[in-house]
Amino acid sequence: MRTLEQTTQEVLDLAAKHFQLPAGSLSPGDDFFKKLGIDSLQTLEMLSRLENHFGVELPDYEVQGVSDFKTLAERIQSRL
Amino acid sequence: MLDLSKYQSVGEALKDALDQFANEVCLIETDREREKERLTYHEFKNRAHPLAKALQEASFGAGDRASIIMTNQSKWLISAYAIFFCGGVLVPLDYKLTPEEQWQLLKHSGATVLITEYPIWRQLSGSVGRAAATNVRLVLVTEAPVSADLSGAQRWEEFRGSGEPVFVARKRSDTASIVYSSGTGGRPKGCMMTHENYLEQCVALTSIYPFWPDVRYMSILPTNHAIDFMVGFFGPFTCGAAVVHLRTLRPEYVREAFPKYKITYVSLVPLVLKNLQKGLQARFDALPRAKQKIFNALVALNRALTKSRPRPGISRRLLTQVHDAFGGELRAIIVGGAFSEPQTLQFFYDLGIPVANGYGLTEAGTAITVNDLKPFRADTVGKPLPGMELRIVNPASDGVGEVSVRSKTVMAGYLNDPELTAETIVDGWLMTGDLGRIDETGNLQLFGRKKNMIVTEEGKNIYPEDIETVFESLPVKEFCVFAANYIWPKRSMTGEQLVLVIHLDPGQEYAEELRRDINSRNNRLLNYKRVHGVVLLDEDFPRTASLKIRRNVLAERLAKVDTASAILPL
Repeated sequence: MRTLEQTTQEVLDLAAKHFQLPAGSLSPGDDFFKKLGIDSLQTLEMLSRLENHFGVELPDYEVQGVSDFKTLAERIQSRL
Repeated sequence: MLDLSKYQSVGEALKDALDQFANEVCLIETDREREKERLTYHEFKNRAHPLAKALQEASFGAGDRASIIMTNQSKWLISAYAIFFCGGVLVPLDYKLTPEEQWQLLKHSGATVLITEYPIWRQLSGSVGRAAATNVRLVLVTEAPVSADLSGAQRWEEFRGSGEPVFVARKRSDTASIVYSSGTGGRPKGCMMTHENYLEQCVALTSIYPFWPDVRYMSILPTNHAIDFMVGFFGPFTCGAAVVHLRTLRPEYVREAFPKYKITYVSLVPLVLKNLQKGLQARFDALPRAKQKIFNALVALNRALTKSRPRPGISRRLLTQVHDAFGGELRAIIVGGAFSEPQTLQFFYDLGIPVANGYGLTEAGTAITVNDLKPFRADTVGKPLPGMELRIVNPASDGVGEVSVRSKTVMAGYLNDPELTAETIVDGWLMTGDLGRIDETGNLQLFGRKKNMIVTEEGKNIYPEDIETVFESLPVKEFCVFAANYIWPKRSMTGEQLVLVIHLDPGQEYAEELRRDINSRNNRLLNYKRVHGVVLLDEDFPRTASLKIRRNVLAERLAKVDTASAILPL
């Protein structure tokens, strides 16, 4: 079982890879809309990638209003 | 299709539709690759009537208001039907608003019943806003886990009366629903839509984009939105068509649904349409050079052959692979909620997929103009729908002025706000606040806004007043939020931004600490509501006797400053 810290790190690594950013360029508190300059649709695409990686299903309502990696990691962790 | 001229209310027409099309499929609901529900009109009735009966037993009746806050799904439509059957007034609210905003609108609407889904109720029940909305006396929650704490709500699935409910008739002039076009912060704008508004709009729209029992409409835009309510519920139901709901809107599942369910129509906001274009273009660009050449030649041939009108049969034969990816039955993509760029519309039309772009406002009963495709014009928002009178008020020498509209589809007014109603509907004409011109072919072209607001590509209306609360007690002398377009008019309906205008205290500087404070407050807003930059103004804001900011006068003063140098990015 992963710890929340590990989950958070994996979320950051995958997001960086998904949006072709250097590893380590994202932090847990980053607002991904702002930091990545993405829209809600691109966020959904990133979520699908995270779901595949962690083997969980995140219903759309679970991520409604979430805009930072830390909260996103917490939502994933609660379903692991 | 039902002859809607015979009906007095939305509920009466829907009631007849459930009998007339009893054996046709009306709803399909999927969650990822799993199909969760498939209902005929008869089965829909069997689900809705026990709910209507239970509502009646709970003393819900004519003119009472019931709100729905749900994502798109079959229970949304079943609940709405039950409300109309009881003679109630529907208050559809946006599930994406914050719980505090939802409670604020629930209070304003005077709703006595709330129907929502468990994850939303979990947020709502824990919100401090709940205490203010004492008018809500019955809450029904769908899909709550067995051991869930319902905080005083009842389970939707168990809220069933036995025996037949009694249909409650309404008049055409009665209010059918209260739809909030905006105003979650300052001044809620609850559009009172009458039964006549919906009946007339449905006749007008289906005359151009018809529905019939084999049609499958994919419902993606939120059903609380006027467009989806009409083309994803009332329109298809009065014609015996089917509505497909997806419980997750991840792009890959949306893409899969087109061929899986042979979708006929879908409505999208411009942002999603653009994304779809990007995805398709990337796939075309990845084709080997020789194939690319052939493909481009076929697109050019299709463009030439469909210049005067769409020819779906020819387009499907020429560009089979593209059409197969969309299921082969797609007749049109309806795009609404915000302005679409002409090049995106043309891209799809050239592939043989017409985009039904139009122009509308909730206040006008959804659509005012729609492209009739005779011929397709990407540079306009189409011609007025049947029954719509359009007038350009105070046109400049180039013909551009404020668009106003008169029609049986125009709302009765704003709930509890006669003053705003009088400003908006003048001598029976709805003043849209949008600037436009009618060209020589009768098509409407839009050129920006007269009103202080923005519409995002996701179709969200944002009024500056509604987001100012987040900047309250900002350590400056005074501040005000504006739509940049309102200060510096730009003849465009896209890329609109909000700016925060600040008047610093004497001797105060725009320091890094202040910028960070603004930034952190800004980040508390949902991403699409955030301000883009700051404008500094070194003079007192003009105010009324009651000390309210005179926004129009302030905007005039700001207009004298050069835009490029004025906006400091955050």
